[in-house]
This record gives sequence, C-alpha cells and structure tokens, in this order.
Amino acid sequence: MVFALPVLLVFLLFSWGPIVKGLVMSLQQTNLVDPVKWVGLENFRYVLADPAVGQATVNTVWFTLLALLFGFPLPVLLAMFLSELRGRSWAYTTLAYLPVITPPVVAILLWRFFYDPSPNGMFNGILGVFGLGPFPWLDSPHSAMPSIVLEATWAGAGNAVIIYLAALTSVRTDLYEAAELDGAGIVRRVWHVMLPHLRGVLLLMLLLQVIGTMQLFTEPLLFTGGGPQNSTLTILLLIYNYAFVNGDYGAATALSVLLAVALAVLSAGFQLATRRWSTE
Amino acid sequence: MSAERGLLSQTDRLRRRVRVPFVIGQVVVFAGLLVAGLGPFLWLLKAAISPTQDSIRKPLAVFPSGEVQWQNLATAWQQGHVGYYLGNTAIIAAGTALGSLIVCTTAGYVLSVLRPRWGSVLSAAILVTLFVPHIVSLVPLYLTVLKLPVVHTNLTNTFWAVWLPPAASAFNVLIVKRFFDSIPREYFEAARIDGAGSLRVFTALVLPLSRPILGVVLLLSIISSWKDYLWPLLVLTNPDLQPISVALPKIAKVTELNIQLAGLFLALLIPVALFLVFQRAFLRGVGLSGGIKA
Repeated sequence: MVFALPVLLVFLLFSWGPIVKGLVMSLQQTNLVDPVKWVGLENFRYVLADPAVGQATVNTVWFTLLALLFGFPLPVLLAMFLSELRGRSWAYTTLAYLPVITPPVVAILLWRFFYDPSPNGMFNGILGVFGLGPFPWLDSPHSAMPSIVLEATWAGAGNAVIIYLAALTSVRTDLYEAAELDGAGIVRRVWHVMLPHLRGVLLLMLLLQVIGTMQLFTEPLLFTGGGPQNSTLTILLLIYNYAFVNGDYGAATALSVLLAVALAVLSAGFQLATRRWSTE
Repeated sequence: MSAERGLLSQTDRLRRRVRVPFVIGQVVVFAGLLVAGLGPFLWLLKAAISPTQDSIRKPLAVFPSGEVQWQNLATAWQQGHVGYYLGNTAIIAAGTALGSLIVCTTAGYVLSVLRPRWGSVLSAAILVTLFVPHIVSLVPLYLTVLKLPVVHTNLTNTFWAVWLPPAASAFNVLIVKRFFDSIPREYFEAARIDGAGSLRVFTALVLPLSRPILGVVLLLSIISSWKDYLWPLLVLTNPDLQPISVALPKIAKVTELNIQLAGLFLALLIPVALFLVFQRAFLRGVGLSGGIKA
C-alpha cells in the first residue's frame, strides 16, 4: 500500500492534524515561549469580551451582505445571456475570466491606484465626466467597505459565470421545446425552465459565497489595513492580528473556531431550509 | 439540428422583436466585458511604460506628454528584482503542482483502482475536510510548519512550507478519483493477466490515460499558488525566498509609481499568458469544480 503513503502523510500533517490541533489549542494558552497552559473556555470568554470582535463581526456581515447584493445576481444574468450565444461565446467567457486570473495582490495594488481620492484619480476622473464626485473611496469609513466589495466582485464574478455556464449546458433542450409548443414566451421559459434547472447550483453558490466572503482577508489588509476607524476590520484580519501581531495563538484559534462553528450552523440551517427547493 | 437550440429557438432568433434586442444586448455585454476584463490590463500596460506624472495627472489619456518609457520594465525587472521574485514564484508554483499531482494521482489510484477494504474510510476522511473552513486550521497549520510533529523540523523559510500544505487538497483528490473511476475496469484486468504489477498499471496505464484531468489539476494548482498571498507571507519571512505576491506590496512602498506599475504588469503577464494558452482546459476545470461541489 505504498500508494496510500503520500495522501496519508500529507493529510495527517497538513489537514486532519491542524484541524484537531486547532480545536485543542482554542482551550489552551500558548505563546510559543512559556509552557502550554490549559485554560478551558478562557480564550472564548476573552474573545467574546473584546469589543473589536463585535466590530469585526458587524463589518464582516456587512461585507457579506453587500457582496451578495452586488456580486450574486450579476454572474447569473451574465451566464444566462452567454449560454444563448452561438459561435463567439469563448471571447466573452475569456474576458469575463481575466479578472479571476489576476493575482489578488496585483489587482489590489492596481485598484488602490484607481481609487485615488483626488479629482484626477482614475475613477473620480471618469465619474467627473458625468458631473459626479469626487468620492473619497477608501479614505472614508462609510465608503471603504463598499469600495472593497466592488473590487472583490470584479475579481470573483468570472468564476461564478463559468460555473453557471457549465450548469446551463446540461439543460435538456426538449424542455424548452415543449414549453415553446405550449406557448411559453421567452420570459416564461427563463422562469419555468432555465431558473429551476439552476436552482441547485444557485443555492450552493449562495452558500459558498457567504462562506467565502466571511473569510475576507487580503483585500482589507492591503487596501486599508482595517481602517479607516476600523471600518474594514474583518474577523480574519482580527485573527491574523491576534496570532501574528500579538502572538496570542489561543485567542486566535478560539475566534477561528467560533467563526467555523458559525459557518457550520449557517450551512446546516441553510441546507435544512432549502432542502425542499433543491431536490425537485 | 434541434439539439442545437437553447432557450431561444431558430424561429425566435429570426423574429425581429427578439433579434434586435439580442444583438444590442450582445454589443452592450461585450463592451462591458471589454472594459471590465481587458480594460485594467491594457491600462496597466500603458501605465507601465509611461512617466509617473502622466499616470497621476491624466490617468485616462494615452501618453499625454508624448513620452514612452520602455525602460520602466527593465528597471522593475532588475532594480525592483521583479525578475528574481518571479523566479521564486515559478519555483513555488512548480513544486506545489508536482506535490499536488503526486498526492492526488496516488490517492486516486488507491481509492479508485486498488480499492482496499479501508478505502471507504479514507475516502470519507478526505471528504470531511471539504466541509471544514480553512480558517480553523490557519494558525495550527502555521505552528505545524514551525515545528513538524515527530521529526521536529522547522519548515518556515524553506520552500517545503509552501509546497506541501496545498497538496492536502480534498478537491484535487476527488476530481482525479472520479476520472479514474471512468476508466473501464477491463483495462486493469487485461493488464493484470499480462502480468503487470500495481506500479506498472499505474505508470503505464492509468497515468497516460488520465492526461486531461492531470492537466486540469496542474493548471488549477499553478494558478492558485501564483495567486496565494497570506500563506507565503506567513511562512516565508526571508525576502530571498518570497514570491512576487508578497514582494509587490513591499516594492510598492519604496519605488516610484511608474516602476511599481511596471512591476504589476510583469507580475500579471505570466498568469494571463498561461490562461490564454490553456484557456479551454482551464475553463473546463472550473466547470468541473462547480460540478463536484454540487
């Protein structure tokens, strides 16, 4: 059974091991210098009492809601449209996927330049033509998070488009034909054939997007460092600060476990609530 | 030809009330995608060879001062060490891809072809990790790499720290296993009767047959390793080993804007080129990932 060795070793060391270790560590106090101390739920008490956690939770949920609002419907509509193209649709999908290929750090540094708050800035310049702005973008606590959402939506939409497109290729075309024979117009065919077919994927992508956006990190770190006035401090950024700035690994893992439990409860609840819709 | 239809039928497409809005829609969507997808890339190309003042004062104009600074790219490559960091990135991506391939092909072989009695347990244990958010293991994974269990080696500031952890990808194992499942069992039986051992069946039969899926795994892991930021930031603190993603924000702090933008352009060029060359395999891989999650 030599063949099972790589997978066993790698998963033991870098997947199963750390997961178990994370659960244990959340109950310990450890800073890598002093001996490990068992503190029970103390880390959780500490984390829950930290006002920054409340702020980070609100920010993260706010980000997730905004990201769903901007980022969820757009790829669905785009994929539905692209699936009807004949011939040149590869040009569309390639263009839609280019932002996904862009390394996040490159995208962020570029967009940070685009978000220049002066009237000459890239976006302010464009909007200025229509008599809008100048907007402060990342410099104001009110617009910093929406600005990050805008970039994240741009960066991620292509991925969702491809997945919806793949799902749409498996619609049985005789259903469209049957609907058409029954006198269904285009809108009703979208509503009664196309969307129901996508339902399973849509629900899944919704859940995955929520789980993904709750773990936002690189964008706030490089765009704003969590500011201005902590308005873009996310839970993951806080975990990073706990562990790698303050060296409090116990608090960091306790917060990670809390987030993971919240996500697990969310997905379980979501699955239960939507079970009836997703199995036709 | 009826299989060729989608939501719109041939008669729909010929009807004026459908055709006109549909064509207008195509133009609008294509223009939007051009601006959003290609726009930033083209602008970055222009800015990479422009003087700083041009990009700051009139970002929307094409070479307002009439000056084209091709030397920005060379300066970024040499003085900004972009070339060096890209080299690091390539080493990291290549090692990650190789590690992933070794793990997912051998695992797929065990689970799909050899099928030992404990295979289902292993399968379930791998599947479970898909449902645990990565965040739970970020900090403990870092501590693991800091001091590897049993052997007590410190992997930080070695490439092993970025090569090995991504190899534990349940997703890769599952898509490869699924592909192996689709190879007819008769092939294996025939090979066995001809006297081939497990190793020979693996190298001479399974691997050559599964080239398409291995290409997908290879591409997906190269690109995701190219995009990674947080993990190399944590485990590669020695600047000599860092990939371009970790180096760029630091370069950005100390260099002039035109050199900085030239660096960004160079960092973007390779993933985009890779994507354009292997576009079909790539998009298929993403489509697959949606399929397996569903």
